[in-house]
Amino acid sequence: MSLDLFFQYLVAGITYGTIYAIVAIGFNIIYNTTGIINFAQGEFVMLGGMIGVTLHALVPMPVAIAGAVVVTMLVGALIEMLFIRWLRRPSVLRLIIITIGLSIGIRELALLLWGEGVRALPYFTGTAVTSLSIGDVHISPQVLWVLGISAVMVAALNFFFARTLLGRQMRACACNREAAQLCGISAKNMVTLSFVLSAGIGALAGCVISPITYVQYDSGTSLALKGFTVAILGGLGNSMAAIAAGLLLGSLESFSIWVMPAAYKDVIAISILLLILFVRPTGLFGNAEAARLKDY
Amino acid sequence: MARRRNLPIVVLALAVIAVQLASAAAGKPQYLTQLTMAGYYSLVIVGLTLLMGYTGQISLGHAGFFAIGGYTSGLLTTYNLHPRGGGGLVSLLQATGLLVAGQDLYGGDLLVVRPWAACLIAMLVAIGIAYLVGKPVLKLRGHYLAMATLGFGTIVYKVVLGSSLVGAADGISDIPAFPLFGGVVVTGKSALRVHNYYLAWGLVLGAMALLTNLVHSRVGRALRAIHGAEDAANAMGVDTARYKLNMFVLSAALAALGGVFLTHYNGGIGPSEASIMKSVRYVAIVAVGGMANLWGALIMGVLLNFLSLRGSFGSYDDAVFGLILLAIMLFAPDGLLRVELVRRVPGLRCVFGQERAP
Amino acid sequence: MSLLEVKDLCKRFGGLQAVGNVSFTVAAGSIKALIGPNGAGKTTLFNLIFGALLPDSGQVWFDGQQTDGWQPHQVVAAGMARTFQHIRLFPKMSAWENIAVGRHVHSRAGFLASMLGLPWTRREQRAVREKALDIMRFLGVEDRADVEATSLAYGQQRIIELGRALACEPTLLLLDEPAAGLNMRETSEMAKLIARIRDTGVTVLLVEHDMTLVMNISDEVLVLSYGEKIADDKPLAIQKHPEVIKVYLGEDDA
Repeated sequence: MSLDLFFQYLVAGITYGTIYAIVAIGFNIIYNTTGIINFAQGEFVMLGGMIGVTLHALVPMPVAIAGAVVVTMLVGALIEMLFIRWLRRPSVLRLIIITIGLSIGIRELALLLWGEGVRALPYFTGTAVTSLSIGDVHISPQVLWVLGISAVMVAALNFFFARTLLGRQMRACACNREAAQLCGISAKNMVTLSFVLSAGIGALAGCVISPITYVQYDSGTSLALKGFTVAILGGLGNSMAAIAAGLLLGSLESFSIWVMPAAYKDVIAISILLLILFVRPTGLFGNAEAARLKDY
Repeated sequence: MARRRNLPIVVLALAVIAVQLASAAAGKPQYLTQLTMAGYYSLVIVGLTLLMGYTGQISLGHAGFFAIGGYTSGLLTTYNLHPRGGGGLVSLLQATGLLVAGQDLYGGDLLVVRPWAACLIAMLVAIGIAYLVGKPVLKLRGHYLAMATLGFGTIVYKVVLGSSLVGAADGISDIPAFPLFGGVVVTGKSALRVHNYYLAWGLVLGAMALLTNLVHSRVGRALRAIHGAEDAANAMGVDTARYKLNMFVLSAALAALGGVFLTHYNGGIGPSEASIMKSVRYVAIVAVGGMANLWGALIMGVLLNFLSLRGSFGSYDDAVFGLILLAIMLFAPDGLLRVELVRRVPGLRCVFGQERAP
Repeated sequence: MSLLEVKDLCKRFGGLQAVGNVSFTVAAGSIKALIGPNGAGKTTLFNLIFGALLPDSGQVWFDGQQTDGWQPHQVVAAGMARTFQHIRLFPKMSAWENIAVGRHVHSRAGFLASMLGLPWTRREQRAVREKALDIMRFLGVEDRADVEATSLAYGQQRIIELGRALACEPTLLLLDEPAAGLNMRETSEMAKLIARIRDTGVTVLLVEHDMTLVMNISDEVLVLSYGEKIADDKPLAIQKHPEVIKVYLGEDDA
């Protein structure tokens, strides 16, 4: 393999990996405040992309994206308030099945609203064939948009959790729910907020990636599986490690095309998931003790 | 106690006969086709009920085992070994009578594995894979177990979808009929519709008899103990890892059996049989039936699969099962056919009654 | 002779030495109590003996076999049984069925035989039920046989848990705080029950906080503090042991 081809694969891997990492962070935010794995996480990304495309027919792109994020956040809030909030001591099995049911519901609703068609936002700058050349490596400007917006998103989340009162309250809830409640923090509202936040970042990711990957009513499922793989790789609940894990998985997947038919690309990611679950369920970077020191 | 346990089996057998007679009398034999297919799907569901409801281990990948059974048998009975004739392995197989020669649609020579041998191999493959997958997977709990089984199901789906050997997106078609014994043939031909209806439901009856026995045995009690408090069950001497694995393999074998027979009955199989939505559908039916309620799961399985196969849900098939899942888990997590509810109806008491002191 | 022998057992959790170099023996047919302040490592020691935890180093010898590294179900088959500090009854199962699970290692119907419903499995089932009811009679709770176990009164749940362990027909019974949460009357009944169990030939090792119970029924008492053994003697000697008094009452009062 020539060096420039290598970089081409690497860039593709990093782009996808970033999105996986964002989905993983969405998983982590909800997991840390509730202990729930939200199987509908991938559907937030799909919804964001779909709503963004729809709104873009009416309003300029930045407004459309903002609108998509806000609407998806509302969906997230609604889901939590209608389906999770009022359950009394639900079992893990029950929560798993409820979020699976939700993901199917959202997917089928999307099918009803948007049909089976494949959609995409236009490239933020330039067109599909525009590329920036660094040496012999050609990079689509959209890749830079994905990386840039993801970086801003992670920085903003960091700021939110470290510096703002609300963020600190969420972290307090994640560490010790009872103690946080004794301090007057409403744990229930924090749970709603966690759904809103992860819906929001999912939707934003769905918008920025859609020019590259396109979006379809059922594109959430495989994103969720890979996002979960990344979350597990990094150690569930540990979002900084998830970013590293995301880049790793994205690159592995990208290079796998070089040795295997592209149809098996997803098989690679899932095999990694199974392998990690069997061998090191606490993640590549984590250990059991570090896993308990969860931030977001 | 034993007699009371057998009563539901007898009732089911009578119901099976009654339905056949009724459909013949009403001149609607086509219903039997969907009921036959629903019967084969029920095999998956009753096995999954024991795994999820009794043992407390979720599987979001059981469609994978169904597909492994169906695809293996379908592939073996359609893959033409004739061009490879003369090869060592092929001659050996031929000498043992495992192969059968024939002609394809265009008169070309065809040499394929005999259906009964293919069925046997398919079951063994499914059991072997279930064992290899189950051993590490069942060490996981909760979300991890759900995701791992979902991952396994997705791998099976992606592999059959991406492999041209098994027809990729088109699946395998023209799978030959499966002659069993005494003129009974697993086939979709309408002349043998009644035969096949009784065959499918005979299998379901057999499975139900075996599984009800299991539920009311030492093993069944150990499985329920694992569900209730795994560490305590282990501390009472139950080899929890082995019991969970055995149950997983047993339920996978039942799923594969359903897959093998339905594939020969339909004469084909496609990747949608392996899809995650199918696995979720099975879980939904087990949940509606009441999780730890074999008869509830069977009734719901037949009802919902029958309606789905008749196309009653139109294009909202997946949505219906998603909604069922959601509604049941939100409002009736113990299922619709709940023991406490049904016990109030006197006649049904013996059918749904739990094990009690005699 | 000793039924259980623990040699230099060690277990660390991260930086915490939960059990450090503990050695002791339990004589066959005796009651030995394991006491110590909260966090002294008593339950950890229990779990190490029972196979629920793997020791970092050291050995456990039970009935002539080295059992450290065994799984709990193997230890049970060898003749140990236990109860839990926090009651771990099986929900959605009646009291007698809970006890019947304890008969697991003394019955043998497997998947195949059970599915086929072979006649001997049915006979075995009846025998299991009879044995469970016998145990309930021994414990004086036979009238609760068909009640869902987790809906029983707390004290009775403790009794059922004890019955479940007895159903394993252990030679060594490990009781983790059998009197926790019981009132005074129930505690003294529990003490009598444990003595009766010992009289049937079962060796008992128990963790307990209730000193009256410990001093009344134990033949020997082992005291742990911060994971280390500080005393191992007859109850009377333990009450006068300066180190034990220091640990329990604090340095100033000694």
